[in-house]
Amino acid sequence: MVKFNINDLNIWFGSAQALKGVSMKIMRNEILSVIGPANSGKTTFLRMLNRMNELHPNFKMSGEVELDGRRTSELDVESLRKRVGTVFALPLPLPLSIFDNVAYGVRMHGLKSKAATSDIVERSLQEAYLWDEVKDRLGTSAFKLSGGQQQRLCIARTLAVEPEVILFDEPCSGLDPISTAKVEDAMLKLKVNYTIVLVTNNVKQAARVGDRTAFFLSGELIELDITDKMFTAPSDHRTEGYISGKFG
Amino acid sequence: MRKLKEFIIEKLVLISGLASIFFVILIFLFLLKEGLSLFKFVNPLQFLAGKSWYPISEPPQLGILPLILGSLVVTIGAAAISIPIGVACALYISEIAPGKIKETLKGGIELLAAIPSVVLGFIGMITIVPWIKHIFNLPTGLTALAGSVMLAFMAMPTIVSIAEDALYSVPRSYKEGALAMGATHWQTIWRVMLPAASSGILAAVMLGIGRVIGETMAVMMITGNAAVIPTTILQPVRTLTATVAAEMGEAVVGSEHYFALFAIGIVLFVISFAINVTADLFLHRETKKI
Repeated sequence: MVKFNINDLNIWFGSAQALKGVSMKIMRNEILSVIGPANSGKTTFLRMLNRMNELHPNFKMSGEVELDGRRTSELDVESLRKRVGTVFALPLPLPLSIFDNVAYGVRMHGLKSKAATSDIVERSLQEAYLWDEVKDRLGTSAFKLSGGQQQRLCIARTLAVEPEVILFDEPCSGLDPISTAKVEDAMLKLKVNYTIVLVTNNVKQAARVGDRTAFFLSGELIELDITDKMFTAPSDHRTEGYISGKFG
Repeated sequence: MRKLKEFIIEKLVLISGLASIFFVILIFLFLLKEGLSLFKFVNPLQFLAGKSWYPISEPPQLGILPLILGSLVVTIGAAAISIPIGVACALYISEIAPGKIKETLKGGIELLAAIPSVVLGFIGMITIVPWIKHIFNLPTGLTALAGSVMLAFMAMPTIVSIAEDALYSVPRSYKEGALAMGATHWQTIWRVMLPAASSGILAAVMLGIGRVIGETMAVMMITGNAAVIPTTILQPVRTLTATVAAEMGEAVVGSEHYFALFAIGIVLFVISFAINVTADLFLHRETKKI
């Protein structure tokens, strides 16, 4: 089933065109990896999905982005962002306790009940595979966690507001291999309930977790295919060049 | 030859640097010497808590409580007006205003800071004072309230520009993080931007208040200068600064009155020093956090 339907999408920041004629579909409950060198437009693509690009003053676009068959431009932007959550490159815990970090979003959206809040916190931390490591110290500061734990805390915070889609913007760029493995584990288990779009600079990570992989170059979508096929028999020589490390 | 030139320049810069500290110390010592001489005649408690200021009666009564309270009332009034407006203005400039309005507003605020206080006092005298007299049906409009309103204008530029800097220096990622979670613009401002910039905003407020307490000219022109303990904001008051400015010229050098004015200077010095140190602590805390 199609979650996102993107049709002939062009995006400009001022006079520079960041995305050129991108058309693709993102399926429900898949992990779509997006790879490509710097300035290829992959982050712009990701930020398009929940309209974060609009914060840029000189942003212009043409084309359509549909979520469940409705144009995102017609949706209320706050509820769109609630449905399509983001996990950023750098873990950004708030200067609060672990519990309050996870509860932050739902409280902001108006949840008052203490029991319901702690249910949500527990469920989110479990989904992010952090619960067992922190359940005895929910009251301590989030800054006491390691980098990998902080990133999973941010995943839990995003999960707490019950999104349908989670966008990962290079979530492991600052993490060591073991923490990276834990975040990847969490992603693989999350796809049962969520649709995941993962932008990564790490080609091997795309190969490990992606169901399908999209390759961007200079703002164009060069190739989009099943990950296994893309990494064994890419149909475009530029894709082959990138994933085999000839450039990028 | 080159080495000599370097040496001379280095020492000149050093001397200029030390000069400012040297002058501050000199001023402070002078203030202490003259001010503390007062306590040969009056004990410090009588001076600070004395309820009447009649410096030229015989014997002179030198209690500055009415003056301290006068300064306090005017300052609190000015703070109550300028803090909410100033912080809201900073928020508008840094978070909401589109490019052109933003630049215009910033220019306007800077211009407000450039108006000499005597001009503000003069404008206050012919506008605010009659309004207050008329609106509250008072015998005179020269009241603490008039001073507060006028001083609020003077504190605003300081508060707005420093608070705006503090908001501007909140990392972009904080704001994006909140918006990406589905927060509305106002939720982002109220729950993320303001708390993150709180120490800078507090520093802005403290510096604004510091400016208000030290202000002399406008206050002297429009608060009425009656050295009585204020009971409402609608009566004339006299501030510490206005007292010194108005009476220094006529005080006999070496008299108790003369020393008392210096002692007032010490009180003012201590107050503004405390305010500046507090503001500095807040600013410092901010740089450490980010």
